[in-house]
Amino acid sequence: MTTALLELESVSKRFPIGRHGLFRRGHVPHVHAVDDVSFTVGQGETIGLVGESGCGKSTLVRMITRLLDVTDGKIWLDRRAVSEVPAALFARDDDRGHIQMVFQDAGDSINPRFTAFDAIADPLRRLGGLRGEALRARVEEAAVQCGLPVELLERFPHQLSGGQRARVGIARAIGTKPRLLILDEPTAALDVSVQVTVLKLLQQLKAELGLSYIFVSHDLNVVRLLCDRVVVMYLGRIVETGPAQAVFDSPAHPYTRSLINAIPRLDGVRHTEGRLTGEPRSPIDPSPDVCRFYGRCPMGTDRCKTEMPPLHALPGHRQAACHFAA
Amino acid sequence: MSATTEPAAAVAAPSPVVRQKSSTWRHIRYVLSENPVTLFAAVLFLCFAAMAIFGPAVAPYDPLASDTIRALEGPSRAHWFGTDQLGRDILSRVIVAARIDLGIAVASVALVFAAGGLAGLAAGFFGGWVDAVVGRIADTIMAFPLFVLAMGIVAALGNTIPNIVLATAIINFPLYARVARAETITRREAGFVDAARLSGHRDGVLLLTQVLPNIMPIMVVQMSLTMGYAILNAAGLSFIGLGVRPPTAEWGIMVAEGASFIVSGEWWIALFPGATLMLAVFCFNLLGDGLRDIVDPRRRT
Repeated sequence: MTTALLELESVSKRFPIGRHGLFRRGHVPHVHAVDDVSFTVGQGETIGLVGESGCGKSTLVRMITRLLDVTDGKIWLDRRAVSEVPAALFARDDDRGHIQMVFQDAGDSINPRFTAFDAIADPLRRLGGLRGEALRARVEEAAVQCGLPVELLERFPHQLSGGQRARVGIARAIGTKPRLLILDEPTAALDVSVQVTVLKLLQQLKAELGLSYIFVSHDLNVVRLLCDRVVVMYLGRIVETGPAQAVFDSPAHPYTRSLINAIPRLDGVRHTEGRLTGEPRSPIDPSPDVCRFYGRCPMGTDRCKTEMPPLHALPGHRQAACHFAA
Repeated sequence: MSATTEPAAAVAAPSPVVRQKSSTWRHIRYVLSENPVTLFAAVLFLCFAAMAIFGPAVAPYDPLASDTIRALEGPSRAHWFGTDQLGRDILSRVIVAARIDLGIAVASVALVFAAGGLAGLAAGFFGGWVDAVVGRIADTIMAFPLFVLAMGIVAALGNTIPNIVLATAIINFPLYARVARAETITRREAGFVDAARLSGHRDGVLLLTQVLPNIMPIMVVQMSLTMGYAILNAAGLSFIGLGVRPPTAEWGIMVAEGASFIVSGEWWIALFPGATLMLAVFCFNLLGDGLRDIVDPRRRT
């Protein structure tokens, strides 16, 4: 593996529920949104982050992008503990421009009162200190790199197509020459035909600019195609990590297996094996001794409700959090 | 991947600054031509603005000069709106009064926009105790009958124009705070707010530079609507003797003075200032609708 660019060390996020009233004492319940997550992103690597809705992906992404403070643990960017800087102050941090993000819905993430030019220029003005001609040149360069015709820069987001808006979002994110780009389902809001061109663009940019990606997606086929490694999350914890190909070919954790079986196939054969039933366990103050997947897991035994399986190493740089994974 | 995968604009833009400016004017012209009612309101507004600016210069007579020989004369060629009980020309007084009535309205709306708008913005964005404090202040004001509250404020603080402005602003505060708060809440979680944070903007700054411009359309409509209400409020205070004092020309006072003459048949003393007042309120209400179309970029084609 290449040198680590981003390192997460036992990162956790817990949100208190209910108000801390003046007269309320004792235990305040917490939602454990992200619990003890550790992984690294190498230089030039693409990590796929997958998991169902509510598994803590978004919270984790908000912590990595430094929009949210961590409750526990540390985040290192190039050996600097960026999680030590409070999220509220990170806007002025030197590393702000190095961690950027492409949002899920480009329409929603561009200020409706900004033209495409203003949207791409905003971080460059603020973080790069560019003005006038230098700014214009940099914005146009970023736009061209993203396949956005320069003529469209004076348009407002509602005058652009979905694909064009996505390109504006990507151009804005790469403008400050980031080292780590977080892609939050960048193609979810697009037509299938446009999805392909945007994914190709992202591949190309990565090669040209030497970026590292964290790719959050529901679309497992895309993750398999683009990512070097995957991180599978369930209820705030990592259940499996490893090289994408290996994980997809022979998933070690029963949750990963059911995810992969749920991928729709063209042959119309439905894999009912491993289909999940029941509801996920509550994320509110979960017991530290019960496997998070217990109750939905087709393999669950008595051991699973008395001992939380730790994330342990498997052959081939893989890890899984299941007693039965080998 | 090349630029040709998606349709490019056929015409290259000239200088972007020029283009933006002309497109704004084109858009305003388009909205006005599409909507004759807005055009009417805009023309009316320009008339009122001209009256307020040039009032004393265009008034045919001195609004304060009494001429008791010609008192209580009906509309005629010499006095289009007639004369009042002291023989003062009503047309001149109506024109000159525009400055004071509109002035009070503009000042109070500007004040309440700054105070109520910012308070609502902060309440909606930060929530928590800020929201609680702003919400309780608004509730407290709303608990009073608003006109009575305005009367009380003016009576307590004294019968001066700054106090009328302040009272009018205070009774409109809940309206502005609540509209701004509601509009901010719907945008607080928007992607562009996070995008602005990633662009290096701190919360306080992005609230003013990114969220505020987005709620401006609705705030401008609100301003235009309350403008009419503020004129009514100022005139109402004067009508009951708590506002501007005679012999100053002011629409509310003139209606009050003319009211006692209606029974004896001198209808013009109250009618003309009253009708002007009504027209002014009407104008600002209509303008509100038109302004929304102009300031909302999504209506641009």
